[in-house]
Amino acid sequence: MDVLLLQVFNGLSVSSILLLIALGLAITFGLMNVINMAHGELIMAGAYVAYVTQTVFAKYVNERFFGAYFIVALFLSFLVSGLMGVLMERLLIRFLYGRPLDSLLATWGVSMVLQQLARNIFGAPNVDVVSPGWLNGGIQLMTGVQLPYKRLFIIVLVVLCIVGMYFYIHRTSAGRRMQAVMQNRDMAACLGIPTRRVDTITFALGSGLAGIAGCSLALLGSIGPSIGTYYIVDSFMVVVLGGVGKLVGTVAGALTIGMINTAFEFGTTATLGKVLVFTLVILFLQWKPSGLVALRTRALDG
Amino acid sequence: MKNNKLSRKIVLLGALIVATVLFLAGCAGGKQGDRETGKAGDAGTIKVGILHSLSGTMAISEVSLRDAELMAIDEINAAGGVLGKKIEPIVEDGASDWPTFAEKAKKLLQRDKVATVFGCWTSASRKAVLPVFEGNKGLLWYPVQYEGMESSPNIFYTGAAPNQQITPAVTWLLQNNKKKFYLLGSDYVFPRTANKIIKAQLAAEGGTLVGEEYTPLGHTDYSTIISKIKAAKPDVVFNTLNGDSNVAFFKQLRDAGITSRDIVTMSVSIAEEEIRGIGAENMAGHLAVWNYFQTTDTPENETFVKKYKSLYGQDRVTDDPIEAAYFQVYLWAEAVKKAGTTDVDKVREASKNLEFRAPEGLVKIDPENQHTWKTVRIGEVQPNGQFKELWSSDGPVRPDPYLKSYAWAKGLSSE
Repeated sequence: MDVLLLQVFNGLSVSSILLLIALGLAITFGLMNVINMAHGELIMAGAYVAYVTQTVFAKYVNERFFGAYFIVALFLSFLVSGLMGVLMERLLIRFLYGRPLDSLLATWGVSMVLQQLARNIFGAPNVDVVSPGWLNGGIQLMTGVQLPYKRLFIIVLVVLCIVGMYFYIHRTSAGRRMQAVMQNRDMAACLGIPTRRVDTITFALGSGLAGIAGCSLALLGSIGPSIGTYYIVDSFMVVVLGGVGKLVGTVAGALTIGMINTAFEFGTTATLGKVLVFTLVILFLQWKPSGLVALRTRALDG
Repeated sequence: MKNNKLSRKIVLLGALIVATVLFLAGCAGGKQGDRETGKAGDAGTIKVGILHSLSGTMAISEVSLRDAELMAIDEINAAGGVLGKKIEPIVEDGASDWPTFAEKAKKLLQRDKVATVFGCWTSASRKAVLPVFEGNKGLLWYPVQYEGMESSPNIFYTGAAPNQQITPAVTWLLQNNKKKFYLLGSDYVFPRTANKIIKAQLAAEGGTLVGEEYTPLGHTDYSTIISKIKAAKPDVVFNTLNGDSNVAFFKQLRDAGITSRDIVTMSVSIAEEEIRGIGAENMAGHLAVWNYFQTTDTPENETFVKKYKSLYGQDRVTDDPIEAAYFQVYLWAEAVKKAGTTDVDKVREASKNLEFRAPEGLVKIDPENQHTWKTVRIGEVQPNGQFKELWSSDGPVRPDPYLKSYAWAKGLSSE
C-alpha cells in the first residue's frame, strides 16, 4: 500500500519534471517549429544561474535571507535563459525559419559551443547548489512514505507555469498576437503585427521557461556542463508524443510518459523501463502520427 | 528579393561562425601553445604524451589528471629531468569520444614519437587505445581503478584492480555486520563486472543479495529506485554508479528521508572531487573505498597536496585517480633512469619490482601483471567533504586483476 502510494507520487513527480523541461520546447518547437538542440543548454544555463545566485547570496547577503536566494534565482534564470534565447534567435535562428534540418544542425553546434563555454567559465567538474532550508525534508504521510518538499515544490511550480502560459497566450494581447503569427504569418503581417519581434519574444519565452526548469532541477540533480544532454531527448519525446503545437498535448504527453516510465521502472529495471517506454511511444506514433492531442487547424503549413 | 537578403545574411552568419571558432581555437591554443614548444627533432627533450578528455562528459574527471601529470613532469624537470634531458609533454584531447582517443593515440605514437603516454579514464577509452599501443609498441600508463580482467604488456595499471578495492571492501562490510547487499550501478562494463565479482564473493563469504539494479549513464531520477531500495531493506547499498548520476542519487536519497544511519552506501567511484559536485551535506556519513584520500597521513602527501593547491587553486582537492596520475609519471621516470633509455622493452624490464614512495605510501610495480601494489583504505565522508579513514590494509596489497588467488572467483575471468 505505502509503496503504491509512493510510486503514484513518484510518477506525478517525474511527470512534472518532464513537463517542466518540455514546456519551453513546446513553444519553440511546438509553436515555432524550430528544432532547437540547444534547449538542453538553456536548461544548463538556468542551473548555473542557481549556482551563481547561491554563491553571491552566501557571500554578500545576510544569512537570514539565504533561503530566499532560490526565488531570486528562479526569476534570474528566466531572464538569463530568455536573453540567451533572444541572442540565439536574432543571430542565428531567424535565418533558418522553415528549414528544420538546417536549424537542427546549427543549434546542435550552438549547444556544443555553450557546453564548452560553461566548462571554460565554471570548470569541468560539477558544482554544488545547497538547497534552501525550507525545501529540505518533506511531509511524512506514514512510516516510510515521505513526500519531499522539493518534489512538491516542482509540481506547484509547473502548475503555476502552465496557468501563467495559458493566461499569456489566451488572455493577453501579446499572447494573441503570438498565436496569430504562428497560425498565419502572412495574414498577421498584413494586419500590422510586427512578426519579427513576435518571433523573438516567443523564442525568448520558450528559452526562459527552459531556464526555470534548469534552476529547479538543480535541486534534484547535478549541475555541470553536460546536464543539458540528459534532458534533451526526454523533452523532445514529450512534445512529439503530446502533439506538436498544443499545450494540452504537452501536459498529456508528460503525464503519460512519467506515469508509464515510473511503473515500468518499478516493475522491471531502469534500462528496460526506458526501452519499453520508447517502444510504446514509437508504436503509438505509428498509429497516431500527430500525437495524443492533434492540432486542428487549416493554416499550420501556411 | 528575399533570397538576396537571405544569402547576404548567410554569409554574415558564416563569418560569425568562423569568427567564433577561431576565437575558441585561439583560447584553447593559447593554453596549449606554451606547452608545445620545440618540434620533433629537438634533441634536448624527451617527449611524452598526455591523453585525457579535456572536453565532453568525461572532462569532469580527466582535466584534473592532466593537471597532476603536468605537475609531476614540471617537478621532475626542475630536478634535472631524466637522462639529462627535460621531459616535454604533448597534451591531446580525447574529447570523451573513444574513436578520438584511438586517433590521438596513433598521432602521439606515430607522428610525435613520444616515449610513453599517460592517459585515459574510462575502460572504454582504454580498450579503444589498447590495440594502438600494442600495434605501435607504445607504452600507456593508466591511473584509474577499473574492473580488472586485463593485463596488456603495453599498459601499466596504476589504479586499483578489483582485489585492491572492491573485494576488501566487501569483506570489511561483512565483518562489520553488513550482510544484506543491494547493488546499484550504471549500465556499462565496470559496474556489471564489479557486481559479478561481488555476487561470487557474497555467495562464498556468507552475505546475501537483496537487489541489483542498473541505470543508464546520465540517469537523473532515482525516486523509483529509492522506493525499491526501501522495500528491499538492505544493510548496505554497494554503489558503482558513475558520473553525474551520483549527484541525483545522493540528493534524492536524502530528500526521501534516508540518511547514512538508516542505510549506508559504499561507493567505488566517488572521490573528493566528486563529493564537491554532490555536496558534502548530502554525503556525510557514507563510505567509499580507495587507495588514497587527501587526508592520508604521509609526509609525501603533505607536500603533494600543498603543491597541487598552490599550483591550481586553494579550492581544488586531490583524490585517488589524481594521485595515481601524479605518481605514475615518477614511476616511468624512475624506470627510464634505471634502464638508461626510453626504449619501451627496456623500460618494461627495468620497471619490474620498481618501488616509489607515493603520497599514498609505498607503491610497487608487479613484475607479472604490470599492475601496482597499493594500500587499500576505507573512509567515511565528513561534513567538510573530506574522508576520515576507518580502515586500511596492512601495507600494499598485491594486484590480482584476474582474481586467481581467490577460490570463489573461479570462472569469472573466462571472458
